[in-house]
Amino acid sequence: MSPLRPDLLDELGRIVGPRWLRHRRAELKTYAMDGLPTRESYPGVVVMPADADQVRAVVRLLHLAGIPFVARGAGTGLSGGAVADPDAVLIALTRMNRIQEIDRVGRRAVVQPGVVNARLSEAVAPYGLHYVPDPSSQAACTVGGNVAENAGGPHCLKYGVTTNHIVQLQVVLPDGSMVELGSPHGEAWGPDLVGLFVGSEGMFGIVTAITVRLEPMPPSVRTMLADFPTVRAASEAVSSVIATGIVPAAMEMMDRACVAAVEASIYAAGYPTDAAAVLLVELDGQPDAVEAEAELVSRILGSCGARAVRSASSAADRARLWQGRKKAFGAMGRIAPDLAVQDAVVPRSALPEIMDRIAEIRDRHRLSISNVFHAGDGNLHPNISFDRRDPDLVHRVHVACQEIMAACVAAGGSITGEHGVGSDKLDYMPWIFDPDTLGAMRAVRRVFDPAERANPGKVVPVHACREWAAARGAR
Amino acid sequence: MSDVVYGRLRALLGSAGVDRDPAGLPRAIPDSADALSLVCRLAHEEGWKIRVEGQGTWLPADAPADLAVSTRALDQVLSVSPADLVATVQAGTSMETLRRRLADHGMWLALDPPGRPERSLGSVIATATAGPLRHGFGPVRDHVLGCTVATGDGRLVKAGGRVVKNVAGYDLTKLQVGGFGGFGIVAEIHLRLRALPRADITLVARGTRDTLTSAARDVMAAELVPASLELLSPALAAEPDWVLAARFLGTDAAVQGDVRRLAPIADLAWQPLPADRTAAFWSLVARGSQGGPITLRLGVLGNGVDDAIDLLAHDLDENLLSAGAGSGMIRWTGDAPVERLRAVRRAAAAREIPMTLERAPWTVRRALGHFGAYREGVGQLVGRLRDTFDPGQCLQVALEASE
Repeated sequence: MSPLRPDLLDELGRIVGPRWLRHRRAELKTYAMDGLPTRESYPGVVVMPADADQVRAVVRLLHLAGIPFVARGAGTGLSGGAVADPDAVLIALTRMNRIQEIDRVGRRAVVQPGVVNARLSEAVAPYGLHYVPDPSSQAACTVGGNVAENAGGPHCLKYGVTTNHIVQLQVVLPDGSMVELGSPHGEAWGPDLVGLFVGSEGMFGIVTAITVRLEPMPPSVRTMLADFPTVRAASEAVSSVIATGIVPAAMEMMDRACVAAVEASIYAAGYPTDAAAVLLVELDGQPDAVEAEAELVSRILGSCGARAVRSASSAADRARLWQGRKKAFGAMGRIAPDLAVQDAVVPRSALPEIMDRIAEIRDRHRLSISNVFHAGDGNLHPNISFDRRDPDLVHRVHVACQEIMAACVAAGGSITGEHGVGSDKLDYMPWIFDPDTLGAMRAVRRVFDPAERANPGKVVPVHACREWAAARGAR
Repeated sequence: MSDVVYGRLRALLGSAGVDRDPAGLPRAIPDSADALSLVCRLAHEEGWKIRVEGQGTWLPADAPADLAVSTRALDQVLSVSPADLVATVQAGTSMETLRRRLADHGMWLALDPPGRPERSLGSVIATATAGPLRHGFGPVRDHVLGCTVATGDGRLVKAGGRVVKNVAGYDLTKLQVGGFGGFGIVAEIHLRLRALPRADITLVARGTRDTLTSAARDVMAAELVPASLELLSPALAAEPDWVLAARFLGTDAAVQGDVRRLAPIADLAWQPLPADRTAAFWSLVARGSQGGPITLRLGVLGNGVDDAIDLLAHDLDENLLSAGAGSGMIRWTGDAPVERLRAVRRAAAAREIPMTLERAPWTVRRALGHFGAYREGVGQLVGRLRDTFDPGQCLQVALEASE
């Protein structure tokens, strides 16, 4: 039985159609978690609007009733951001999955928030274009979710993260009003509210249409696999390549534990299982340039201690090399029932030291950690395999996560590079932001959502904020 | 009043931290983010109006105010990390000083804003004025990883960080880049750098505007990746004809390959500039945007460049004009009465083209606003954001037209 009033459920049902309302316990189970294994909470009800007008009507109704809400795409997020408390309405946007417009000359597309990331690239491929940000979950995650989290992916090293590819947003604000932010060109009609909105984790409103930038497919791509006798050598190779000024499209590292998991799974990519680390480097551009850069990169990798460097021999070979990387998280399911996927960033020069430190933390807490990450950006994903039924193990995982995060912050890094804060990292926010800055974040949130009903309790730890005067609307 | 302000500032910053501008207005010259925030707090408490000035080469320091705040003592390059391609720089640092410091480390900031080399970094960030390199390296926002800002009431907000990928908390940095100082005064900036390219070649072609815009479309379609692809009016390029300039940066192989592929496109006589003239050529283009008191920019999709130039030519002139043929960013410099500029903004808005006033005397800024044609609901958001970051309305910034 939903904790929400029956008449509210009726009204929601009238807006979206009773078929698109979920409130029985068994139905809600699907929505009780996202990709974060440690937080489960059943929403009061799930509504599935069909279009922007329905989103608007639902949000307006909730505004008048003073009820909190959480927007959700595919639920692949890794920070608990798409999980709602029982007193809140969960607004699932998966029905809004239409690509509304493709402008091949202007290289833009307009999509609804529920469009799956990979579907967009498939749809524009016939025009020689693609949508660049490619999170590992791209076969399932939605563009709306990507906007909320400012999602990244391997190819963001050269081409930037989600925020660099979004030019315009249609947004339903938490009071049910609708605004259009940005412009198709990218030059705004005012301050950069699109930039402010992207990555706000569903706390400023709900996007109902997204205009994205599309990029031409590179004329030539070279994917190289290098294997190293030590993680440190691989990390040093990454720093050396970056320092030459060559910007690879992607530079991804997997350590021995990760390679072992991948190679034992159906995603086996032919990675050498005896290597301490493998590096996947992708170069793209005009054929002659790629050729020359590949030669240079190959030399650098060799001089940093790579045992072997090989290039993908065909498109199929390249796809196979990438499949191993992208499905690595899935492959880790073989190691243990649960996986704590961590996400942190360090300055790239700190990679060798931080990898040593993570190994030390792993050994001290007797844990199994697999590292698979965007080495070129310094964006780490140390993933801890565990079984949540073992309380002692859960405790050690928790402590190890904190220690890893503290080490990354001490190295001058950040607590998240692409997964967001959600509810998972609230406690870490004061580690990198002072009370005034956190207070500013909260104040900005209240500009969009004065009653703080959109995805309440996420991102900004309210207790750590210095109070700011509420915006008075004096202007 | 002026003596009271001067005295209070001297008590706060010491005698080295205050002077008077040529018109006798008390001017605070803080040398740290903390000192800057103290000045703002004092002004907030006293209800004094502040105007900000950098090196004084871009926006004129002419807004009516009770005190000026100069960033000229915030001129330190605080750190450069070549291995991380990141630097932290104070806002008053000139672009030229920064360029030299970074070059010592083999690094550069891929921005070539309009204006003079002495122009301060803070001015470039606050006005988000990118130059021709925007085509290959993106707008100003793409180069800023974080910043420290003093709000109008003297709080210090430290947005973003020093790493190249970071989604912790809301992206407050974006509000400051191109916020024209309406949301606070930028004190320090964390920048994303690049390694200096091995090769840097610029080719120019001359012809009529029509020929060149059509050629630019062919270059885009051929999927060449110039760092800049800029259409320049004859006066701006100091040439008898319109000029299309293509700049290629990168490894030798990449640049040579692109130059080879460019040659047969569109039947144009592409001429490479001698290496020793490249910097002077682009510097001329940058300075050209100061050939009149007013500079504005329009943003269009690549295929709308022609129409937008027509609009400017019809309502203003096409004297000092540059257009990113791929980026769709069009910059006009000249002089015109407010009424005419307002008409241009209206005409542009009717075509869904945003127009931003980048530089003008205060009377024009005040009458027109840096931004002018908000979409429904956006004005309220911007107003509340300004209240949040400047609750006492101390910062004299004309984001919108004042009625």
